[in-house]
Parts: sequence; structure tokens; C-alpha cells
Amino acid sequence: MTHNKTDNVKSGWLKRLNVGLKRSSDYLTDSLRKLTFSHKLDEETLSELEDILISADLGVPMAAKVIKDLSLKNITPENYDHEIKKTLAAEISSVLDKVSKPIPTIFEKKPYVMLVCGVNGSGKTTTIGKIAHQLVGQGNSVLLAAADTFRAGATEQLKIWGERTNCEVFSKDPGSDPASLVYDALEKAINDRTDVLIIDTAGRLQNKSELMEELNKVVRVIKKLDPDAPHARLLLLDATVGQNAHSQVKLFSEAIDISGIIMTKLDGTAKGGVLVSIASQYDITIHAIGVGEALEDLNNFDPDDFALSLVGDN
Amino acid sequence: MFDALSSKFTDIFDRLGKKGVLSEGDVDSALREIRVALLEADVSLQVVKEFVSVVKEKSVGGEVLKSVTPGQMIIKIVFDELVEVFGPDNTSIDLQATPPVSIMMVGLQGVGKTTTSAKLAYKLTQDENKKLLLVSLDVARPAAQEQLSILAKEAGIRSLSAILGEQPVGIASRAMKVGVSEGYDIIVFDTAGRLAIDQELMRELSEIKNIVTPKETILVADALSGQDAVNTANEFNSNVGLTGVALTRVDGDSRGGAALSIRSSTGCPIKLMGVGEKLGDLENFDAERIAGRILGKGDIVGLVEKASQVIDETEAKKSAERALKGKFTLEDLGTQLSQVRKMGDMKGIMGMLPGIGKIKKQVADANIDDKMISHQEAIIFSMTPMERKNPKLLNGKRRKRIAAGSGTSVQEVNRLLKQHKQMAQMMKKMGKSGGISGLDASVMGQLNQNFGQFRG
Ligand SMILES: Nc1nc2c(ncn2[C@@H]2O[C@H](COP(=O)(O)OP(=O)(O)OP(=O)(O)O)[C@@H](O)[C@H]2O)c(=O)[nH]1
Ligand SMILES: Nc1nc2c(ncn2[C@@H]2O[C@H](COP(=O)(O)OP(=O)(O)O)[C@@H](O)[C@H]2O)c(=O)[nH]1
Ligand SMILES: [Mg+2]
Ligand SMILES: [Mg+2]
Repeated sequence: MTHNKTDNVKSGWLKRLNVGLKRSSDYLTDSLRKLTFSHKLDEETLSELEDILISADLGVPMAAKVIKDLSLKNITPENYDHEIKKTLAAEISSVLDKVSKPIPTIFEKKPYVMLVCGVNGSGKTTTIGKIAHQLVGQGNSVLLAAADTFRAGATEQLKIWGERTNCEVFSKDPGSDPASLVYDALEKAINDRTDVLIIDTAGRLQNKSELMEELNKVVRVIKKLDPDAPHARLLLLDATVGQNAHSQVKLFSEAIDISGIIMTKLDGTAKGGVLVSIASQYDITIHAIGVGEALEDLNNFDPDDFALSLVGDN
Repeated sequence: MFDALSSKFTDIFDRLGKKGVLSEGDVDSALREIRVALLEADVSLQVVKEFVSVVKEKSVGGEVLKSVTPGQMIIKIVFDELVEVFGPDNTSIDLQATPPVSIMMVGLQGVGKTTTSAKLAYKLTQDENKKLLLVSLDVARPAAQEQLSILAKEAGIRSLSAILGEQPVGIASRAMKVGVSEGYDIIVFDTAGRLAIDQELMRELSEIKNIVTPKETILVADALSGQDAVNTANEFNSNVGLTGVALTRVDGDSRGGAALSIRSSTGCPIKLMGVGEKLGDLENFDAERIAGRILGKGDIVGLVEKASQVIDETEAKKSAERALKGKFTLEDLGTQLSQVRKMGDMKGIMGMLPGIGKIKKQVADANIDDKMISHQEAIIFSMTPMERKNPKLLNGKRRKRIAAGSGTSVQEVNRLLKQHKQMAQMMKKMGKSGGISGLDASVMGQLNQNFGQFRG
């Protein structure tokens, strides 16, 4: 278990992460346990292992790759269960290591602009509340922009997170143009010398080109005021998502060049294994994971923890 | 969302189809690919296994191996099996009880419960002309009650006003009283999202259920979800007892395998599907249609069935053999055109074609229609038998005559001749590269004939 000692709040989170991830890996653990009665890595065993990875949403090609590597390894029969888990975890975390990096907390350029997007219900608004909570805790001033002007009650929802985190929320009437709202919000952040501006956007399906164009327009408008912004373009993925996550990453990246991913709802039974194949295919950072609905339920993404939890060895 | 799976299947069977007769090994490799396709479509592994074994059982029979179009036979088996898993279901919402009839919406966080509650209430006021009450039992998500009341107002439906601090069980009892005293026909209860493993919240759901005694308990599930869809659906089913499923975000580009997983693991009928974010974007789930979409709009299967109705297989085989030897005459083309015409209108045929969005668009843009086909038929009909056998005879003068005789223009005659030449060449090439079966050649020929000219 790797601890980031500089972060004292984190030990609390880690516990939550482990509880969350442990639950989500129980199925995998059970399945692995069943396998300990086998004696060597024959075809059947390998294919059973592959099934386990597939059931964790790794996807067929990624599962096949991991299993192929595993099939080349010497596994001692007595240490079978442990060896398999170790190898699986090592394989998985080696893929994830390269892409893991926390959300920045110290900002050279101010306001630092974060644009948060994703499909409907992926956890954008909630996660913004959690990020704001962290940043405020570290002494930053944060402005939230309620650029989801489409979904009923979206502004009210963000305002409640604003109250919970003591952050000001910039909003307009429902149905307002999100791009011009964002422009005004950024202008305000610049004038007020705010440290961070976090923009909540309406959920959108990546195959709706007019909605993706709307998102791209938000970015273009931001660039009029600051060519370097938005500094972080975050894509939120729900842990229950299946292989459609590939399409989400691809099309959101095409629209606004996604810089990082946050995966939410890892406190449930879904394993989020699709992250592994995404990490192996895209040059995208994975920042954090959501492990609950409360303010502090956001954790830095830790590849080792994630991998170990995925194979049920923690 | 099912289109992606369709094109996958189409790829597999295109390859198979072109090989002609299949060996048992071919069937096995087709099944392996079906397995992968279904998994990539997020159908749960366990369901995929059952599905594939059923398809296998039905495929190894002599029927498939003997068939001229074995690939298409397997598609038909897969299709029929999909239809069987999905239905036949009664997707109607059960309202047979003394009013107020309760409907309870349950599911994970963010799947679309609130939106679907409002959409369903709206649908019931429109379709059934009922007096509806919408009730939010979500005190967990910030502004959830507000969200439902905004949607209700938009739909012109009353929502129960919230009382600050009132808990879900209390709200539910109050709603039932209001329902009776104010004479509502139906009450739709939106609940807070919860994890299936959250014991406490699942207990709360049972408690609510005891109070509102819903006629329908509907699991709202996301079409984007992966392997976990099965676990979640099973958990909700065993904890609260589901009567139906509403699948949301069917307007996305996910392959939607979750639909198959949930249906076959819980046995609960999928009753509704959400196809957008607006109030009106809720449709009845249609098993045939969705199973069809898995293969591509009903499609290849429907096309093959239609084709076999109008095309005499032996005749088709003969003509295909001729074509593959490079002897595809204008006579053959004429026969094909009339077969296409008999199969129905072009739009219908286009609607049946799977996964080839680009071509479809080209065809739509090019305005291909039934008139064009009958024009082409008329052109061939206006030729002499000699001319049909030997197009080289067709000099300028003859072309003018044919144009006049068919009521078309010389350009149209020229275009047809050019197409025929290209087709004949293409078929000859196909013949050299291993051949295609009779029905395939015939169907493909017709389709190619009609698309070829737009590919440029
Ligand atoms: N259990 C759990 N629930 C979460 C997590 N993150 C978000 N949620 C819940 O998921 C639901 C949707 O979250 P939102 O933050 O509203 O998602 P959104 O992406 O803003 O949704 P739209 O604006 O409707 O597109 C809410 O009920 C949240 O409480 C998480 O990490 N774990
Ligand atoms: N595109 C699309 N979005 C949907 C559909 N159903 C719900 N949504 C969106 O999904 C998000 C979450 O929906 P909501 O009803 O708040 O989910 P709840 O948390 O389960 O109550 C919202 O942004 C909705 O607009 C659908 O069928 N298609
Ligand atoms: Mg939101
Ligand atoms: Mg809701």
C-alpha cells in the first residue's frame, strides 16, 4: 500500500478507498479462490482466469493480453493463488503506473481553469463538490460555474455543493447559453483573482455531435480570455460503464482534448476494469476515483491499490 | 446503440458468406467471434456463454451446413434466439388495481430514474388519459426534489410538494393519502439512487414498497453499463422484487448488451427505453425491433428472407455461376432488377441493410428510388436479345433508340451500360478469388449494382 505522507487527510480516504475497492473486488476474489484447487495453468485454468478479467470489464483484448503474459510465467503449484494474483496485479498496475497523476493543487497560473465533462449522470457535479472541498482545504479560492443550464435543477444542485464547500457559484437562468456563461464566469474569476475556476457542464452523450460542438465552443470562448485555458479538461467515467468508455474517451478527446480522467462510483460492485485498457491505449492521465457521495469521498488514483484491489489481494 | 454489434456480425458473416459451404470448424470459429462480439457489446459473460451454446446447438444441425448461404443461416439462428430471449413480452405498464395505482422507480445513482419517472408520467397522461401524481422520495441527492418538480411542471403534471426534513417513508405515506383523497389514478414514485450492496438503503426501499404497494417496480438501468449490470439487476430483483426494466440512454452509441444481460438473468421484461433527454423521449421496448437492431435494423435476416421469397435458388445459383465466370449479361442484370423490385421498395430494402451507414447516406443523398430501378429495367427491356447478350453492338444509334423506347435519356442508357460492365468485372474478380454462393451473388449483385454507381 503506498501512502502519500504529505497528505494527512488521505489516510481517511485510503480507508474508504479500500472498503470501496474491496467490495468491488469480492467477486473476483471469490472466483480466484475457486481456482486454487486447480494444479497447473492449463488451458482451462487460463481461460477461467480470462473470464474473471472479462467479468471485471477489462475487455476481451486486454484480458487476453494479460492472460498471455500470465501463461508464460512459471507458477508454483503450492503458491498458486498468490502467484496468480501477484502476476495479474503487476501486469495491471504496470499499465496504470504510467498514467497516474493527482489533480494539481498548487497553481502557477491563476485562475487555473478546470472544465468537467462526461455523459449524463457520470458524477460531474458531485465530483466538482469534492474537488472544491479539497482545494479550499488547501487554501485556494474557488469559483464554480454552473454551465449545465439544461438539466432540470442542475444549478440548484451545484449551489448546494457551493454552500457545502463555501465556494461562490456563478450561474444564470436555466436555458442560458453555456459558452457565454463560462465567458462571464472566467472574466469574474480573473477580476476577483480567484485561484481556481471549476466549470460544471451538462451531461452529454458523445455521439451527439451538436452537443460536442457546444462543448468545443465553451473551450474556444475560454481561450479568448486565456489561450492556455482550460488547463484541465476532465472526463468523468462511471465505474459501471462497459466498453462504451472507449467511445467516450475517444469522442470527448476529439472534441476538447481530454487531459485527465476521474472514475466515480467505485464504492459499488462495478470494477471499472475498462480503465486498464483505456490506460494502455490513450495518452490520458487518470487522476482520482470517487468512492462515495460525501465531500471527502474522492481519492487520488493509486495504480497499485487499484490493481491489487481488482485482483482481490489487499 | 445496437448498430455496432450489427456491423460486427455483418463482418463475421460477410467473411463466412463469401466462402460458400461451411465446415463444422467454420461454425465453431463463427461462434467464437459471436462470443467476442457479444462481450464487446457488454453482454455479461455468463449470459454470453448460455447464448452461444444455444446457438451452437441449433447451428451444427445439417440445415446450416447444407445451406447455400450458411452464414446467413447462422445469422437467422442468432436473430431468432435474440428475439426469444427478449420476448415475446408484454411491455405495457400494468395498471390493473384499485386507484391510486403506484409505480416505483429504483436503480443506481445517476442512471436516469428522475427523468424516466417524469417521462413515464407524461406518457401515461398522454396514452392513457390518466390523472397522475409525481412524488420524489429522494432526500439524498442535492436538489433532487426540485429536479422532479421542475420536470413535472414542464409535463403539466402535479408533483407532491416537499416538506423540509421529511424522510422517504413519511413522504410515501403522505403521498398515498393524497392519492386517495384527491382521486389520483396513478402515482409515480421516484427514489434516491443507491448501490445494490447498501443494505440499509435496500431495506429502506422494502419499507417504502410496503407502504406504496406498487403494481410496478421498475429498475432503471443504463444502456452504457458493462458487466456489472447483471449483478446490480439481480441484487435489486432479489431485494425488492422487480416487475420490469426501463433502459435509458438508448440514444447513445453503446452496444447495449446490458439489455440482453438483464433480461436473461432476472427474467424481468424490459418495458421501456429512454431515447433522449426530453419528456417525450420514452418508448415501449420492442423485442423484435431490438433483436433486429442487434443484427442491424432487422435486417440482413429480413433481407435474406425476402430474397428467398422472390429468388429461385437454383436459378440464382446458375446465374451466379455464369457471373463468376465472367458471363454476367444484361439479361442477368434485368432479371436481378426485377427481383429487387419484387422484394419491395428501395427504402424498405435500405432499411434492412445492416451497419453500412455511409452507403446508406450516399444512397439517400443520391436519391436512389424505385423509379430509377424501373427505368433501368425498361432500358434493358427495350434492347433486343442480341443486344442484351452482346452489349458491344450498342452504338450511338441503337442507344438513342433504346432511350426513346424506354422513355429515358441516352445518358441514362450509358450509365446503365457502364454499371453493368463494372459489375461484370467485379463479379469475375470475385469468382477468381474463391467465389460466393448463389444467393449471395444474387443479392450482393443487386445491391452492388445499386450502390456501385454512387461509390464513384
Ligand atoms: N456511490 C457513489 N455515488 C456517486 C459518486 N459520485 C456521484 N455519485 C452519485 O451519482 C449521481 C449522479 O451524480 P451527479 O454528480 O449529479 O452526476 P452528473 O454527471 O453531474 O449528472 P448530470 O448533471 O445529470 O449529467 C448522484 O446521485 C451522486 O450522488 C460516487 O463516487 N459514489
Ligand atoms: N441522453 C439521454 N440522457 C438521459 C436519458 N435518461 C436520463 N438521462 C440523463 O441522465 C442524467 C441523470 O438522470 P437523472 O434522472 O437525474 O438520474 P437519477 O439520478 O437516476 O434520478 C440526466 O442528465 C438526464 O438528463 C436518456 O434516455 N437519454
Ligand atoms: Mg450535473
Ligand atoms: Mg434522481
